[in-house]
Amino acid sequence: MTSRSAVKRSKDFWAGALFGVLGLAFAWGALSYQVGSSARMGPGYFPLLLGLMLAALGGVIMLRAIRRPGAQERINPWAWRPLVAIIAANLLFGVALGGLPALGLPVLGLMVGIYALTFVACLAGERFSAREAALLSTALAVLSYAAFVWLLNLQLVVWPWN
Amino acid sequence: MALELIDHLALGLSVAFTPVNLMYAFVGCLLGTLIGVLPGIGPLATIAMLLPATYALPPEAALIMLAGIYYGAQYGGSTTAILVNLPGEASSVVTVIDGYQMARKGRAGPALAAAGIGSFFAGCVGTLVLAGFAVPLTEVAFLFGPAEYCALMLLGLVGAVVLASGDLLKAFGMILLGLLLGLVGTDVNSGIARYSFDIPELTDGIGFIVIAMGIFGYGEIISNLSHPAGQRQVFTANVHGLWPSRQDFRHMGPAIVRGTGLGALLGILPGGGAVMGAFAAYTLEKKIKTQPGEEAFGQGNIRGVAAPEAANNAASQTSFIPLLTLGIPSNAVMALMVGAMTIHNIQPGPQVMTSNPALFWGLIASMWIGNAMLIILNLPLIGLWIKLLSVPYRWLFPAIVLFCAIGVYSTNNNTWDIWMVGLFGVVGYGFIQLGMEPAPLLLGFILGPMLEENLRRALLLSRGDWSVFVTRPLSAGLLLAALLLLTLVLLPAIRKTRELAFVED
Repeated sequence: MTSRSAVKRSKDFWAGALFGVLGLAFAWGALSYQVGSSARMGPGYFPLLLGLMLAALGGVIMLRAIRRPGAQERINPWAWRPLVAIIAANLLFGVALGGLPALGLPVLGLMVGIYALTFVACLAGERFSAREAALLSTALAVLSYAAFVWLLNLQLVVWPWN
Repeated sequence: MALELIDHLALGLSVAFTPVNLMYAFVGCLLGTLIGVLPGIGPLATIAMLLPATYALPPEAALIMLAGIYYGAQYGGSTTAILVNLPGEASSVVTVIDGYQMARKGRAGPALAAAGIGSFFAGCVGTLVLAGFAVPLTEVAFLFGPAEYCALMLLGLVGAVVLASGDLLKAFGMILLGLLLGLVGTDVNSGIARYSFDIPELTDGIGFIVIAMGIFGYGEIISNLSHPAGQRQVFTANVHGLWPSRQDFRHMGPAIVRGTGLGALLGILPGGGAVMGAFAAYTLEKKIKTQPGEEAFGQGNIRGVAAPEAANNAASQTSFIPLLTLGIPSNAVMALMVGAMTIHNIQPGPQVMTSNPALFWGLIASMWIGNAMLIILNLPLIGLWIKLLSVPYRWLFPAIVLFCAIGVYSTNNNTWDIWMVGLFGVVGYGFIQLGMEPAPLLLGFILGPMLEENLRRALLLSRGDWSVFVTRPLSAGLLLAALLLLTLVLLPAIRKTRELAFVED
């Protein structure tokens, strides 16, 4: 493996890059607020200071990765399937509880949300069984109804017709 | 002084022994053990999940329950470590080494008992330390001005970096990023909404429940699912005869005392906590010579189970000291406790003891009761937890995702938080992929606004002169301590890098 590709796959290189970009972004944003002086700090003072420190630190971490390519820990392959399934399950749950007014989708409530979330989340696992997902979501629906609607009395829309 | 302490504890016990508070202490301990036993979900995510549910509770009950989850998890984590060779909790990572070996040799019972007894002893001592230190430290807190608070927070942040596992520079980066994220929202001094992109929800800042759940809930789950689950082998048949032999007691007794002392000390330090305590205690035990007739370390030495388990429990108790006396959270779990207190309109800090004595002493007393409950939950009822260990992860994680989502939504009854938690889930997984430890970020996030406010005040008073931090003796002392901590940890790091460079040549 060439040293360049080792750097490209190194955790440290990308972590440093992320810190650098975020630090610069925060610092640049801070300039649009009044910075002031140390005796009279404006709203931009502290974020500018921190942003510059973060950007510098990110630079150091990147340099360290470039200078010692042999000692780099490589990034593991991204687990796209769990990533997409878990986040999508969460978003679907939000849509069920809040609806999507922009698309004219009505609020469907907690129960629909639980089934949607559980089925999609189950897709993140190594193997998917519709029967198992159905059983699990029913168990979770009953449990959530008892815990959140009865016991804790959370203010949630429960059924689509509520 | 001693009489005062007894008065305080009596008040605490009278609060903790009300039926409602006893029930919530029990619920907390039960939940703590549950999530401690289950690998893949920790106290941080659980406390974050339950925070919204505590709105409706009285503040004493809420804090008693949340505290129970934290120290309860230290008990439960050891069960999984011993029986499955997996740490149920980060703080039981070292318990795995000797605990699992004991189980393989048919001595799971004594290992579990050593962990339980060690934890109980440490819990009792930790609670007494907490009660004893509270009053004098609170008095010190009243000497603190803004410069001292700044220095103390810096010490805490440096401590969090230094004592955290993993790379120092990246941990510093996570602290800075956390501090910056904490500044999002309306600035209290100028009224300007910073980094809000004209989104009304962002003018209140990013909810810390959203960050905690996204990063520690979703991020962790995605990462757990990315490596295939290995075959778990649960040593269930071997759990008979819980009671350790007389020789076991002779070995583990002093180890428990040492572990408790070390854990209690490291818990008080800013940045310290259960994980650090356990690691240090195991290292110490390994340095002490094995006696004849004792198993070697790594082969099932009972001291290797008793000491770290005592230490993690002592540390989880004493890490409440900086929070309750100075109002400064020393680790990410304590940062969540700040959130829990704010929900109930309690400003953490030295004034809690005088303005809310029932809450303060009730919480402390509840920890002792909780420890007594936990030893009953964990030793006689061990069979129950063993059954739980056979629940596969593929049933657990959808439930965890669901409880996270419900918890997040019900904080403000707003779908905005759900979109944000999705975003932070992706971010959290990215952090794990890039080897960036997220716990310091959460601590920075909580301390961000506090640090800015105190820095602003300190420099306003000194008319912009930064030397105020070194000319005031208390502040200078705290900064010196931070510097010392940093050099201490840098020394072996330098050595290690040198060794690596040497190997490469």
